[in-house]
Amino acid sequence: MKEPFENVVARHGATVLRVCRVLLGPHDADDAWSETFLSALRAYPDLPETANVEAWLVTIAHRKAIDVLRVAKRNPLPVGEVPETPAGGDLPGSADADLWAAVKALPAKQRQAIAYRYVAGLPYAEIAQILGGTVEAARRAAADGLKNLRKNHPGAITRGASS
Amino acid sequence: MNDIRHDDDLSALLSTPVDADALARLHHRLEQEAEQAGLVDVAYTTIDSPVGTLLLAATPEGLVRVAFAREDHDRVLETLSQKISSRILRSPKRLDVAAREIDEYFTRRRQVFDVRLDLSLSHGFRRLVQTHLPEIAYGQTRSYRDMAELVGNPKAVRAVGTACATNPLPIVVPCHRVLRTDGTPGGYVGGLEAKTLLLDLEAAA
Repeated sequence: MKEPFENVVARHGATVLRVCRVLLGPHDADDAWSETFLSALRAYPDLPETANVEAWLVTIAHRKAIDVLRVAKRNPLPVGEVPETPAGGDLPGSADADLWAAVKALPAKQRQAIAYRYVAGLPYAEIAQILGGTVEAARRAAADGLKNLRKNHPGAITRGASS
Repeated sequence: MNDIRHDDDLSALLSTPVDADALARLHHRLEQEAEQAGLVDVAYTTIDSPVGTLLLAATPEGLVRVAFAREDHDRVLETLSQKISSRILRSPKRLDVAAREIDEYFTRRRQVFDVRLDLSLSHGFRRLVQTHLPEIAYGQTRSYRDMAELVGNPKAVRAVGTACATNPLPIVVPCHRVLRTDGTPGGYVGGLEAKTLLLDLEAAA
């Protein structure tokens, strides 16, 4: 039985927003989130009942984030790309701002792999499908991304590195 | 799985909590954009009333469901998802008129509802009975037998009872105005207390 779409928004809205923030930074994440859920609502009645709803949403978000970036590239804003204080105000502290800058500096594929693995918690098999490569490539992209983040943002990520 | 445990700190950092305001704002935007795109097959909201929290749901055709808390709102929404469409969104705007009329009813400023209704949840004899229920005027009552006669099937007293019990639009479609022949209230989808409250409210006007 297909549950009301509102339940899907309630259960996955926050995770999808975090994924969008990692993909695009806090500024453009709202647009990607809105596009994702509008698209999902349209397609929802045709989604098989056995589908992994979160993986489905992340797949849509992946495409929408690419669209948002494409539009941004075509119409570059005069403003700096990384806002000093992110919109929403729930990412406080300069350490976080550093992290977001480091995330933003990652190559797209690494940033995506990190978002889908560490924010959405998807298995690499799902991530490989979204990124369109092998499972091994997805795993490597996440590992490389992590390595780069550690290198460029050593302050916040020490425990994981030393254990 | 090991790598995830090792990188709990990173995971925690990237997953900084999303504040409720941000999500509420995005939800509101989704409601507007989905409504504009014609994608909300069922919009709903909940309102407080003297008979407890009421769920109001509407299709583009009109108000399709009013449900008491004791009916379990989650379950009611699941049923709507099955019977009408899974494109269900909490979107209070479409319910503005219904909510206002119900509020006016409870504050004795309204005796007749004229919000648009969608009767698609009822069929056959039940729907026939429910269609005739608004003919019982505010403050008046009829027996199940009266209703059976009114719809031209005097023997169908029990079926009238079922039609009242399965009314998808209680309060707005006044099944609470139908009583047992001996004048006792009989059953009610919102519970006996709610039925008595509605009857008292109308009698006092």
